[in-house]
Amino acid sequence: MEKKEHIISILVHNKPDVLARIAGILGGKGYNIESLCVNTTTSYEISKIVMTTIGNQATITRIENQLRKFVDVIAVNNLTNVESIHREMILVRLNLSADSREQVTKTIETYQWKVIVSADAYVILEITGDKPQIDFALARLEPLGIADITRTGIIALELEN
Amino acid sequence: MKLKGTQILLKILEEEKVEIIFGYPGGTVLDIYDRLYKSKIKHILVRHEQGAVHAADGYARATGKVGVCLVTSGPGATNTVTGIATANMDSIPLVVFTGQVPTFLIGNDAFQECDITGITRPCTKHNFLVRNIEELASTIKEAFHIARSGRPGPVLVDLPKNVMAAEINYDPAKIKFRNYDTFHKPAPKKMAHVYEMLAHAQKPLIVTGGGVILGKASAELTALARRYQIPVTGTLMGIGSFPGMDPLWLGMLGMHGTYYANMAVSHCDLLIAVGVRFDDRVTGTIDTFATNAEIVQIDIDPSSINRNVVVDLPIIGDTKATLKDMIKFLTEHNYAPQASYRKEWLDQIAIWKEKVPLSYCRDGRFIKPQHVIETLHKIAQGNIIVTTEVGQNQMWTAQFFPFDEPNTLVTSGGLGTMGYGLPAAIGVKCAFPDKHVVDIAGDGSIQMNIQELATAAQYKINVKIVLLNNGYLGMVRQWQELFYEKRYSHTDMTYAPDFVKLAEAYGVVGLRATKPAEVEKTLREGLAIEKPVLMDFQVSREECVYPMVGPGSSISDMKLGTREMIN
Ligand SMILES: Cc1ncc(C[n+]2csc(CCOP(=O)(O)OP(=O)(O)O)c2C)c(N)n1
Repeated sequence: MEKKEHIISILVHNKPDVLARIAGILGGKGYNIESLCVNTTTSYEISKIVMTTIGNQATITRIENQLRKFVDVIAVNNLTNVESIHREMILVRLNLSADSREQVTKTIETYQWKVIVSADAYVILEITGDKPQIDFALARLEPLGIADITRTGIIALELEN
Repeated sequence: MKLKGTQILLKILEEEKVEIIFGYPGGTVLDIYDRLYKSKIKHILVRHEQGAVHAADGYARATGKVGVCLVTSGPGATNTVTGIATANMDSIPLVVFTGQVPTFLIGNDAFQECDITGITRPCTKHNFLVRNIEELASTIKEAFHIARSGRPGPVLVDLPKNVMAAEINYDPAKIKFRNYDTFHKPAPKKMAHVYEMLAHAQKPLIVTGGGVILGKASAELTALARRYQIPVTGTLMGIGSFPGMDPLWLGMLGMHGTYYANMAVSHCDLLIAVGVRFDDRVTGTIDTFATNAEIVQIDIDPSSINRNVVVDLPIIGDTKATLKDMIKFLTEHNYAPQASYRKEWLDQIAIWKEKVPLSYCRDGRFIKPQHVIETLHKIAQGNIIVTTEVGQNQMWTAQFFPFDEPNTLVTSGGLGTMGYGLPAAIGVKCAFPDKHVVDIAGDGSIQMNIQELATAAQYKINVKIVLLNNGYLGMVRQWQELFYEKRYSHTDMTYAPDFVKLAEAYGVVGLRATKPAEVEKTLREGLAIEKPVLMDFQVSREECVYPMVGPGSSISDMKLGTREMIN
């Protein structure tokens, strides 16, 4: 069976150890979590976890069944099998020197990246997009010399439910 | 009504009809113990917290109720881990209360602080740290509910000392908790599918597992098998869910399964697995398991289905409700097995039974462990619940003691915990004082929780220990004999206490048998004495458990041992 990336959206009761429980037990059973995003929903009592993992269909079904067993899990939804949109975000700091300033400014303009901090010695960019878009941006940023970077996990939303 | 945390705890325990707690006190639970001093609930002071959990687990397995333990924080809590993991693997409902340092000290490495909810997350069904008095009542209620609902399991509740000392207005009507009842009734089209499969099958076989016992579905399973003359084999955990004396019973399958059960699995064309999760000890190599069969798997837990063995018809459902539906459907649609096919299949099984029955050499100089077990079965006359330790003692019990009723074999299947049997027997005996409760033990295992003899003696819990003393870690020695050219690396245990004297030192009766002729007399005497008794049977040292499926083999590929085994 073919291995691919799955994005699983999990609604949970917002309990202090719910994330540790889910991550710990999936890890203990040998499943790999590739990326993870967690925050509360419109209700503080309920959080949404968006998790990506790689596996064949049988493994993914096992993960879903395992997730449904947790007392604090309310719903499990595999967004890979439905129409959904996906986003990640990166924050990037590029250092500016006399040599690089011009090229950095030009590249930022070309791709219309969003500058959120602009200082004499550096700029910080905020870029969002789906995985290919982020990878594309990273490839362009690399030659400019990334001083520091933070990348979020994937968040995703169904088009309709 | 204003109540303290400790009062709320005891109040809810009473509401939950808890009759008995197995526990061990310490600093963080002193206040709770002070309440217990005046409570109607019985408390058994064990000698090690592991013993408390196994005792509660034995009580739970024998009664079907939730077992309850109470221990202190830190080392008290960590000592429960093996017991909790044991219960978790076999889906046994427990609520384990652990003391915890006050909430304002958590995270400070306070004296006897330990993150027990962190430690037990992977081996509990769920656990809780109660952070304030407001959540106390609902958390305790919820813990009992989770422990017993759906696929049962152990739940740990960590109780910080200051939460238990705090006061709150207690109103039982206001306690709210979420309901996880996962009662499943399978879709009717599944029943039609089973019907089709049965109608086409010539060689059907049922595999019964622990889920049948937990789901209280033995009567339905037995009715199904008997009405349609379907032979039945079982996993270790399924033993007792179908009458062991019934001709349709093939005994256990798997690594130490009977020849005929394993042959039947390998030749059947329809395998109906009920409450079975297909552990590797059951299947042998997966790709050769039941290759000729279509497989139906009935289980309450979707995560047990299609995990180890890929099945043709998964049915997620409560075992009792599903079997009831199945019988109803088959009856309404006049299912009848085709007589000639069924006779052929049962005849084939009879031939296998005749060819390689369970056997051992009966007429030697030494006591045979199998003979001790058979004799125990004979003289106990059904009025008995057996617990076991782990190793050869456990496998011989599964093979040579026919269990006719569910919940009469109490054994650690999934985790295989040596030291389980004695404390579990104590828990069972507390629930069934009028039955013989016998721990069939090995000399290695019994030493792992031997201290519980003191508990039995103190409370006059008259459990009996049948010690199959071979002076070895027998099961490991067997593997060394068969797969490591008899290099007995660190399995000789001849350096051991004199068990009779040890028993006496604990205030328990010790008996010893060294010759086959003494077996029956010793057992009769031991069962008759109204005290805990340890019977030390000095058995033939290098006896092996046969049949045996070697690691990495198909279950049809069994070592049968020599018929004339060394004596
Ligand atoms: C706590 C624990 N440690 C180690 C083992 C591994 N083990 C399985 S069977 C066995 C030997 C048991 O010896 P004994 O209790 O004397 O029983 P016998 O096999 O001789 O009947 C061992 C060491 C285990 N199952 N549990």
